[in-house]
Amino acid sequence: MDFLNIFRIALRALARNKMRSALTMLGIIIGVGAVIATVSIGQGAEYLVQQGIQSMGTNAVFISAGSGRPGGARMGFWAVKSLTLDDLQAILREVPLVREAAPAVVSRSQVVYQNQNWNTGVLGTTPNYFEIRAWPVQAGSVFSQEEVEYAANVCVLGTTVANYLFPNESPIGKTIRIGTLPFRVTGVLESKGQSVMGDDQDDRIFAPFTTVQKKIAGITWIQFINASAVTQEASVAAVRPITQLLRERHHIRAGEDDDFFVRTQSEVADLADQTSQVMTLLLGSIASVSLFVGGIGIMNIMLVSVTERTREIGVRMAVGATPADVQNQFLVEAVTLSMLGGVMGIAAGLAGSALISSFLKWPTLISGKAIIIAALFSAGVGVFFGYYPAHKAARLDPIEALRHE
Amino acid sequence: MKELQTQSGGAGAGTLIRLDRVTKTYDLGEVQVHALRGISLEIQRGEFVAIMGASGSGKSTLMNILGCLDRPTSGRYFLDGVDVSGMSKEELARIRNRKLGFVFQHFNLLARTSALENVELPTVYAGVPPEERTRRAREALERVGLGERAEHHPSQLSGGQQQRVAIARALVNNPQIVLADEPTGNLDSRTSVEIMEILQRLNEEQELTVVIVTHETDIAHYAKRAIEFRDGRVRRDQVIEKRLVAHEVLASLPTREEMDAEEETEAKV
Repeated sequence: MDFLNIFRIALRALARNKMRSALTMLGIIIGVGAVIATVSIGQGAEYLVQQGIQSMGTNAVFISAGSGRPGGARMGFWAVKSLTLDDLQAILREVPLVREAAPAVVSRSQVVYQNQNWNTGVLGTTPNYFEIRAWPVQAGSVFSQEEVEYAANVCVLGTTVANYLFPNESPIGKTIRIGTLPFRVTGVLESKGQSVMGDDQDDRIFAPFTTVQKKIAGITWIQFINASAVTQEASVAAVRPITQLLRERHHIRAGEDDDFFVRTQSEVADLADQTSQVMTLLLGSIASVSLFVGGIGIMNIMLVSVTERTREIGVRMAVGATPADVQNQFLVEAVTLSMLGGVMGIAAGLAGSALISSFLKWPTLISGKAIIIAALFSAGVGVFFGYYPAHKAARLDPIEALRHE
Repeated sequence: MKELQTQSGGAGAGTLIRLDRVTKTYDLGEVQVHALRGISLEIQRGEFVAIMGASGSGKSTLMNILGCLDRPTSGRYFLDGVDVSGMSKEELARIRNRKLGFVFQHFNLLARTSALENVELPTVYAGVPPEERTRRAREALERVGLGERAEHHPSQLSGGQQQRVAIARALVNNPQIVLADEPTGNLDSRTSVEIMEILQRLNEEQELTVVIVTHETDIAHYAKRAIEFRDGRVRRDQVIEKRLVAHEVLASLPTREEMDAEEETEAKV
């Protein structure tokens, strides 16, 4: 018997018990929908993390003062005065994999403009910091190298600070107070949003590091070096020579702990990637349990259907249906149920992820791969769970089946 | 009494069914039930045979074997010259589809399916193309006088009409034999005669071989030959002498309208 015919018979049989077919399909709809929604949420999270990491510059190498080793008297990373501008220049000179490097000195201060005030971090650095971090200004300009050299009282605002201090006017050219000192605002940066760690990167003021060292923090050393390697691979490769160089410069003997950390952006990226992939996998596998349960629902209803229609099976066999005909009929019925459920489940999953992304402002990435896999999987569920009932139907003895009440 | 016993394997030109020492034993664990104890008989093309016997006599078992729904434990069954006793389930399904037509006591129509589609069913399994299927099914319905009711569902038809749909279904693949198992068992007497009238007409006009199983002697009298079973053996095999002709019987019976009128007067009283 040709496939079209079997399919028609299957559709009609399913249409006869509309409520039952719909409820059975619901199991598959929920299963497939859940798989698609969770996978797209997971992939959205992955995308979000990746974007956050990329916003820090993919070639970035981050060096900070302080011991990274647990145990012993571990000092916080700013307490150690180990990192200096000379270290930075030595790295630039002797590690060719590093293209650029910017120092960073951080402090916290009250900032005031007229009747507005805000407490925020002040980061002292050089103009190339903004290049390394790929962070352009939205208005005005960043301070110059010259201004760094003579420790000018100029600053660039992050958007959060700009919004608090200048709710109604342009900050460019205005003078704000950081602590007790007046600073001229030269620019406002583009918004960069939350960092991977969750803090607001826009809640910050940037000034020449010399100014912060001398006039705000009152220190002579630096706390971080934001470096940029020539390529992403080079950023990982640069870790060893930087470590060696700094150990030498800091006179650290073999066996002693470093008094600094070196981290690369790709390390962080890999870690974050792994975490979100594990999350996606976990969510997806929990969701696929419901698909499995949906499959059991199909098997259950097909078994009921075979029992109910025993006499019909007998009649079909008597007029010439072979066991294979009967088996195909029930198998196609099960697969039709699961495929229809699958298609609706895909729609439900898409709608669900759209809803989630609009409510939670969380991007969801719908992958075509997930949809195809879900569709094939639902068909597979139909075959797997439909096989046993179909086989049972095909093995019926026509005489017994005809006598069945 | 006429015993048909042929020892040789060759079938005559007119022989449609030949059973050669067919036995059927059901193994129920400790007990062995001998439903058929060596049946040998021949049925010629164009015969109208009534198989009779009490329940447990083996007549149903014989019917199942004749209908290729079951296989004999031993002995051979030649249908249209072909030994079908050792065939597989698939081959038997094919034989049932092409050579046999079934009529059951309980009609066995598919519910919520139109008469036309019920009649089409065997052609579906024969791989007949859709337009041809419909054409043949309509033709078969015309032959049993139900051309007008092709779209009706079984629940919208009377018992007699349902049985006629079943006969049309049995005819649609142009079988060699129609096997009817108590075809009048669920019908009132007038409808029973109507069904027998159709079977007689098919037998006379189209030389269709008809085998019916019945326990009613008066129904058996519409056949040309009666084979009586007892305890798994043929007890009697004889030509029906005073054969009933269904359309003559029908003429003598009160019509449905007269019966209805009678009922109405009874109801009034």
